[in-house]
Amino acid sequence: MDSTAVASSLKANISSLNYFVPELILIGLMLVLMLVDIMIQREKTPWLGMIALGGSVVALIAVFAQSALPPMGLFNNMMAVDPFSWFFKILFLGSMVMVVFLSMSSLELAGRNVGEYFILITATTLGMFWMASATNLLTIFIAIETVSITSFALASYLKSVKRSSEAGLKYTIYGVFSSGLMLYGMSLLYGLTGSLNIFEIAKTLTNSPPNPLTLFVSVLLILAGFGYKIASVPFHFWAPDVYEGAPTPVTAFFSVGPKAAGFALLIRFFNTALATTEDGNIWYTVANVNWPQLLAVVSAATMTLGNLVAIKQNNIKRLLAYSSIAHAGYALMGIVLLTREGIYATLFYLVAYYLMNLGAFLVVIICQDIIKSERLEDYRGLGFRAPVVAAAMTIFLFSLTGLPVTVGFVGKFYLLAALVRGGEQYIWLAVVAVLNTVVSLFYYARIIKAMYLETTEDMVLTRLPISFAALVLLAVLAVPTVLLGAFWGPLFDLATASVKFFSGS
Amino acid sequence: MLSNVLSWIIFLPIIGAVLVLLTPRWKNQTNIIRWTSVVFTGLQLLLAVYIFMKFDRNTATMQMVEQAKWIPSYNIEYFVGIDGLSVSMVLLTALLSFICIFASFGIEKAVKAYFALFLLLDAGMMGVFCALDFFLFYVFWEVMLLPMYFLIGVWGGPRREYAAIKFFLYTLFGSVLMLVAMLVFYFNVKDPVTGGHTFNMLHMMDQTLHQGLLSQFNVRLLVFAALYIGFAIKIPAFPFHTWLPDAHVEAPTPISVILAGVLLKMGIYGLLRISYPVLPDAMMYKPFAYGFVIIAVINIVYGALCAMAQKDLKKMVAYSSIGHMGVVMLGMVGLTPLGMNGAVMQMFNHGTVSAMLFLLVGVIYDRAHHRDVDGFGGLAQRMPIYTGIVTVAFFANLGLPGLSSFISEAFSFLGAFSSTEFDLKVYTIIGTLGIVLVAGYMLWTLQRVFLGELNAKYAGLPEINRRELFTLVPLAVITIFLGIYPAPLLNLLEVTLNNLIVVMKEAPSMWGMR
Repeated sequence: MDSTAVASSLKANISSLNYFVPELILIGLMLVLMLVDIMIQREKTPWLGMIALGGSVVALIAVFAQSALPPMGLFNNMMAVDPFSWFFKILFLGSMVMVVFLSMSSLELAGRNVGEYFILITATTLGMFWMASATNLLTIFIAIETVSITSFALASYLKSVKRSSEAGLKYTIYGVFSSGLMLYGMSLLYGLTGSLNIFEIAKTLTNSPPNPLTLFVSVLLILAGFGYKIASVPFHFWAPDVYEGAPTPVTAFFSVGPKAAGFALLIRFFNTALATTEDGNIWYTVANVNWPQLLAVVSAATMTLGNLVAIKQNNIKRLLAYSSIAHAGYALMGIVLLTREGIYATLFYLVAYYLMNLGAFLVVIICQDIIKSERLEDYRGLGFRAPVVAAAMTIFLFSLTGLPVTVGFVGKFYLLAALVRGGEQYIWLAVVAVLNTVVSLFYYARIIKAMYLETTEDMVLTRLPISFAALVLLAVLAVPTVLLGAFWGPLFDLATASVKFFSGS
Repeated sequence: MLSNVLSWIIFLPIIGAVLVLLTPRWKNQTNIIRWTSVVFTGLQLLLAVYIFMKFDRNTATMQMVEQAKWIPSYNIEYFVGIDGLSVSMVLLTALLSFICIFASFGIEKAVKAYFALFLLLDAGMMGVFCALDFFLFYVFWEVMLLPMYFLIGVWGGPRREYAAIKFFLYTLFGSVLMLVAMLVFYFNVKDPVTGGHTFNMLHMMDQTLHQGLLSQFNVRLLVFAALYIGFAIKIPAFPFHTWLPDAHVEAPTPISVILAGVLLKMGIYGLLRISYPVLPDAMMYKPFAYGFVIIAVINIVYGALCAMAQKDLKKMVAYSSIGHMGVVMLGMVGLTPLGMNGAVMQMFNHGTVSAMLFLLVGVIYDRAHHRDVDGFGGLAQRMPIYTGIVTVAFFANLGLPGLSSFISEAFSFLGAFSSTEFDLKVYTIIGTLGIVLVAGYMLWTLQRVFLGELNAKYAGLPEINRRELFTLVPLAVITIFLGIYPAPLLNLLEVTLNNLIVVMKEAPSMWGMR
């Protein structure tokens, strides 16, 4: 490379920093947290949470400032800034803000050194940002590993609690294994195309299609890495144990943040590297690899397995873990279609899922506080002992089931609509999904049943005290869950506008 | 206010529910809640009467229409309107809701939640009968599920948990299939104005706008089947009926009344509002039509036989509902004006009669704390007024001439018998025999419970009180009045239903079936 090329590449990198402000803010936040953690006294740790909160709000403002940017590549097309990644960045910061709130009020974390904890949360968020914007196999790998490694530490954060350490270990082993598979797949893809840049890969695959079987194997292996992040079958085994063992705010975070990041990566990778589009409405697969069919099968298997196994669970966190596996299956439905409708349906669904699933976990955290249990049988009579909490939980659970008037219904509606729109090909998947909805009602209703129906005469139904902060947080999640179920127009417009990828050059 | 009367009639109960929830914890909180509910359902009933007066009986077009954009980017509208079919159901819903609020005065547990949920249920039911946008229809349809689940599950009998979840799962199973069918309609019906997709039911009914998947006959059959399962569960048609005895028996009295009086009608309403006019060719596809009739006959005979075998009065009434819904299905399949009008009149009449029956069972249960048919005897001596009303209700249920059900059942059977579209004579004869069974078990029950020697255990049973009378007498009056002079009801329906038949008969030729 001659000196002018080096200089122009350097220049491009430096000018890219202008569009990298939110990420830089997060990096700065990590440094500030580190310094403050060393300087302040133990009993003042609430300040750390406030700093993390403040930092994420500043990052959120910086992201909003990028709303009008056209799609473009950063750092010589290693990453992209486009409406698609913008949408996810807001979602990630939303998850971060909520999880910091949840952590500040969580009893599990009380009395522990939370300095590193908030640093890890920030680092995970940063990794998720990269996952949403990576356009090169290398950055994809780095982004996934950033999220994974910090997640391992977060899962085992309660190191004195056995099941938390177990969760961390399981998460690590599965994570490393699936990363290995993914790396192998990437190396195959590199071997087939001679490039790490996903736009170059797409070009090569279109112009000179390689051996379909080899390509299929490489896609399958890469899918292992993505499937692990979104917890889809057959890479879901870690989820129940990790969700149960990790501190509950972390579980809530895992179930929305990294999962959404996995979806961001999956959509971008499959739709830019393995499919091409002319008008941004319909994509066509390249090199005759029928990955949509593969994803359709994965989607059906994921939702069915998640729902069926959830029926038997008696620990709420485990139940919600299996439910979140099932929801990954639903959200995958939008991707198999290769249409704009499908992708925005998935984006919409992820926002809906963010609200309702975080809400359900918030209730679990509140209940750990007020009834000191996460077992289903201890939720009995909650409807009369803590009416507001139980009512909010009912809203979240009905939304997870997909009943109107909630945002979960609208999300599911658009996914099904996209499938039916696609013609006869995927109607079977729509039918599988709606039958799954019925199955899921059964176990969500078990919680509702415990809260309202299973009261006995001898039960003491005294009111439990709920903190004001908890009520505010509940309202912050429950009100939009219902309101967006009745008037979801703005969110819908946002989701549709966000199906716009940077397409190289 | 009266310019958008339908919106008011749908959303009044929601305003009431919010007020009920906001009631402060004063000493007489319970009474405030009860009377707030009375006021709101009362206003709703007044509006229903207003609609009844204003309704133009000479046209089959939708009336009192309100149309507004809801989600413009997806062409989802807030679109409500009524024709003869809906107006009868709106009237029935308003009447029964008002009566059931009074019947609910006996509820002691979590009064606030009960009345709030009841009013929410009321709004959902009203919405279903007024909605003309399929999406809106679906939303209201599902909105009913949630309050119903709690009303059965929290305030119900000993096996309430089982009954509530069974009801919920069955209905949800049906409605998700309906959701898929709805989406097929949406994407394959062209909006005549914009050329895009539409949820507008009136557009869906226009066969010339069908395209894509909906122009394939086998897809139409599949979609019809999906819709049918959704509605059949609500009707309930054999073999989807098993949730009904459980739900009816475990639900508190007012909720049983609503279930039998209004919710069961929704299945038939859905068929007549959506399946019939949107997919007429599938309905008239011979295997489907005959399958439909066979299910109707099974409903009549099987319902009657099951009712006869019951020891529990409430269960008996529940099974008798299954039989009567069979009559409705039999009446509507022949596509004769007589049968169609009879079927919808039977919907209304069954609404009032079954409401009376459940209320009457509730009265005796409140006093004796059991409902065992064989556990009573000679109650007529002790409770003459009560027995008098029971007799009216029982005779109406078995279709005695001079009472409302006679006319509608006779119309249904005659209509089916005289059908020119299908040969239903044999089925009608079997169905009519089923009615003999109904007479059998009703009279037998009357004899066992009210006649004969007075069971000494119940010598001190108090007579029916004024509040209970207040809930029953209006229904009894309507039953007798419509039995003698059915014209007010018939006039309401006739034009709409006759028009539906014409539409149905034209359509198959369009799809090249003949």
